[in-house]
Amino acid sequence: MDSRRRAPVIGPKVRQVGFVTPNADSPGEGVMEKEAGNLTTNSPTPVTIAPTRPVIEIPHSLKADPVAVPSPSHRRGNEVDIPSAPTASYNPNDSVLDGSSLPSSKGGSTINDVYGSLVSESVAESSPLGRPTGSTVGAFAERVKQKTSDSAIGSAVIDGGVASGKPGKGSKANNRGIPALSSSDAKSSEAPADGSKPLKERTSKAERRAKQEADRAAKLAGKGTGGGAGGDPNAQTKNSKGKKDNAPEKKSVQAPEKKGSDKSSENQKKKEVPAPRLQFDDKERVAKSKRRSLVEQTETKNRVELFRHLPQFVYGTQLPSLEAKFFQDDAMHPHPAVYQVGLQYLTGDIVGGNARCVAMLMALRSMIIDYETPPEKTLVRDLVTRTNNHVNFLITCRPLSISMGNAIRLLKAKIAKLDPSLPEAEAKASLIADIDTFMLEKIVFADKEIVKHAVTKIRDGDVVLTHGYSSVVEMILVRAKEMGKKFRVVVIDSRPKLEGRRLLRSLLSKDIHCTYTHTNAVPYIMQEVTRVFLGAASVLANGTVYARVGTACVAMVAHSCGVPVMICCETYKFHERVQLDSITSNELGDPDALVKVAGRKESALEGWADNEHLQLLNLTYDATPADYVSMIITELGMVPPTSVPVILREYRKEPAV
Amino acid sequence: MIAAMPDYQAAVDDFVTRLRRRQVEGSLITAKLTAELLRQVVSHQRLPNVGQAAVLIDVVKSVGLRMIAANPIAIAAANRSALRAPSLHNLLESIPDPVKTPEAPAASVGDSDSKSRSGDRNSVSWKLKHNVIEGITELLQDLDDYHTHVAEQALEHIHQNEVILTLGRSRSLLKFLLEAKKKRSFQVVVAEGAPRYQGHTLAKELAEKGLQTTVITDSAVFAMISRVNMVIIGAHAVMANGGVLAPVGMHMVALAARRHAVPFVVLAGVHKLCPQYPHKPYTLLNDMKSPAEVVEFGELSECFAAGTGDHTTYVVNPTFDYIPPDLVSIFITDTGGHNPSYVYRLIAEYYSPEDYFLQ
Repeated sequence: MDSRRRAPVIGPKVRQVGFVTPNADSPGEGVMEKEAGNLTTNSPTPVTIAPTRPVIEIPHSLKADPVAVPSPSHRRGNEVDIPSAPTASYNPNDSVLDGSSLPSSKGGSTINDVYGSLVSESVAESSPLGRPTGSTVGAFAERVKQKTSDSAIGSAVIDGGVASGKPGKGSKANNRGIPALSSSDAKSSEAPADGSKPLKERTSKAERRAKQEADRAAKLAGKGTGGGAGGDPNAQTKNSKGKKDNAPEKKSVQAPEKKGSDKSSENQKKKEVPAPRLQFDDKERVAKSKRRSLVEQTETKNRVELFRHLPQFVYGTQLPSLEAKFFQDDAMHPHPAVYQVGLQYLTGDIVGGNARCVAMLMALRSMIIDYETPPEKTLVRDLVTRTNNHVNFLITCRPLSISMGNAIRLLKAKIAKLDPSLPEAEAKASLIADIDTFMLEKIVFADKEIVKHAVTKIRDGDVVLTHGYSSVVEMILVRAKEMGKKFRVVVIDSRPKLEGRRLLRSLLSKDIHCTYTHTNAVPYIMQEVTRVFLGAASVLANGTVYARVGTACVAMVAHSCGVPVMICCETYKFHERVQLDSITSNELGDPDALVKVAGRKESALEGWADNEHLQLLNLTYDATPADYVSMIITELGMVPPTSVPVILREYRKEPAV
Repeated sequence: MIAAMPDYQAAVDDFVTRLRRRQVEGSLITAKLTAELLRQVVSHQRLPNVGQAAVLIDVVKSVGLRMIAANPIAIAAANRSALRAPSLHNLLESIPDPVKTPEAPAASVGDSDSKSRSGDRNSVSWKLKHNVIEGITELLQDLDDYHTHVAEQALEHIHQNEVILTLGRSRSLLKFLLEAKKKRSFQVVVAEGAPRYQGHTLAKELAEKGLQTTVITDSAVFAMISRVNMVIIGAHAVMANGGVLAPVGMHMVALAARRHAVPFVVLAGVHKLCPQYPHKPYTLLNDMKSPAEVVEFGELSECFAAGTGDHTTYVVNPTFDYIPPDLVSIFITDTGGHNPSYVYRLIAEYYSPEDYFLQ
């Protein structure tokens, strides 16, 4: 795999992925522009992969290291230099992510204060400590192996756990890691719960490794081949982190002693298959996860049969128990910043993939800043445990979005790869630097790029249709208006969240000519529409767009009327799982939200819960098939939906390395 | 034109006003009220000695034109049937020549009653009116009964453990499903049907009768339709090409159904047939209602207050959707099941060609 990456694909010229606008405003487009000159007709280039990563336009300081580990002093200095490109007014403080123009009551605070504090904090911080960019093979191999073999939490949760990071899945995965850990007690020399750790004598690493292997061998012998799927998912979760059920596993475990990088790459190979998620109709696993969960939740009555595999709890019941636990002095109890973010998720104050991800990362960042390694524990392992606990807490407030899941996966990978010999302050600083880089690169700069590409698709006289509220689409429309294009916007809204009103408000404040209507009237209004821009929660590996419910309807009608559909999505939201319909994975919202109709005093559905034959279904997401999508606009360019797995494979490896 | 008869004129005026104010809504109600009104008109109309049928036809036409002017869409279907002047036209043929036996075109309600009467003019005139009034009464009866005839076919189409999807509420659909429920057990998924949200009412009614019902939002139709076996809806009107005028939202359901190869069944009584061909149906055959149903004024004014300068915001609230005939699998009418391509034959049966356009 390494050799494949090093060898240039075709000659010395670096190709870009998919469509890229040839005439961009900003001069420093970097490698992407090299070919732009050749693309006089902007004809489609074959989707080839650049051999090295730094084709993404990032400020020169960040470009130096593909893994984005810049010398911190440069990076710090450049915080204020960010708005170099003349596209969106991208002073981060002024970015449209800044929701200050939105009334706070209506779920307005998105990335506003959250992101503002990012910039100020990172500028204020002054820890110019580097991070080990490479690791010596030997020591690192040990470390990695140690991590994967010893701590079931570490890798299991990193890859198997939050591999999908989907709603409903996340909780299972994380919890699977933990029960897996407990059941592997016999094997693992590490104690599962934090409490038992200080009591245990620290054996040497070699001894522990030997013991691990002996246990594992015994277990494999006992299990035999092809142990049934039923009892084994727990076991398999541990195995998914790189151990396999058969002999080659042992070899791969021993191999890293020779080549550390190989081991991690093998791990990644195994990790590539997303582990099976917790299905909520699987009673035993649900019971196990319940035992581990921080918060009691009551399940709703009148559940829709078709969705039994997704969790649905009565909304509002979490709050009292959350409050009760807040003041417990417990190692498991969440950091106040995380607690606050969790509450904001619960009440719906923070919605949207980007906003939730940034809020969570900022909260985890505060947690890391305040973190102190307890005595007798290593930072790496304990921090991973802490992170897991916090993430579990967030999941109980609201299931993870895919963007959040990917970010957590990355964060845990970074933690896992910390050099254990680093002093705590340095380790923390490097983690914080990683988080900051991730947010800047994957969200802020990515959005900038997307806006730059997308505004070229809006011409004078266009009628642009959009659905619900997407932060990226809002940025695009605002930017197009700033550039002086004459167009008008149709905003489609859908119950029960009515997020389109938020977009309507913000567009009206920028003097954009708007039309507003509900989902049912889309075929009526589609006659006048020339472009459709939609945001997404994620794009899956088979090109399916996983977005707010209603997106599929809009895309279908647009497709039948011959209107191009453009999905605007950052690449960090891409996910390697596949989904054919909206039922296999979704998030179930509060069914009572359907009962109340705006503007009416009484509702016909009052007391629906009393009738056992009546169920209400409030889906949050739906899956739009790839053939309805004309193109996906990402920071890497404008690509067809078929390029998504390519991007996943080639560009997502790097952050994990 | 016609000597104004104060007795029924007031009633006509009242009805026309109610139509214009959209106080009368729904194809069935409109048809019934129209028929009753016409019955009143015919019975009160004094007929001259000669050319009675022509007089009647003119009266009916003038009343009809007023009603159509008040609410083109509601009338497009309902009124047509009530104004089924074929009965009058047949009488017209019969009267001047008492010998000629009128040919009642097949199966039109009341047409077969247009027996030719020979006899003196007085009796003829009385009988003409009588026949027409009988015809209209039968038509009214039909309007009451057609649900039953449609529902009788339910068992042929709905089978055990099926999942039926619908949007909004339709009386014929309710009866259809309840009829099938007597023998089979199945589930129903009801989409709410913004902005009227009649889906809520339908779901409540179905659940009370013991049918397993799930209420979803309209935006979730595409998500759910992959698990649905059949989509059944009630139409507001059926146009001459087989296209359907239905409450807003149905077109999306029809598109989703075609994508997933789910049969799209439309329940329509024969009184919903309309001999018009839909040109530009979204604009010409639509009724734009108040935006207040979509967004409350308070919300919108908040939006306006947020910014500065010149704001233009349109809020569209169409009432009807047009579903092209290729998206419809089958029509279930009180005379059986028909293809969309057969609709023009039905229209020829029930309408005489002179009546396709009321002018």
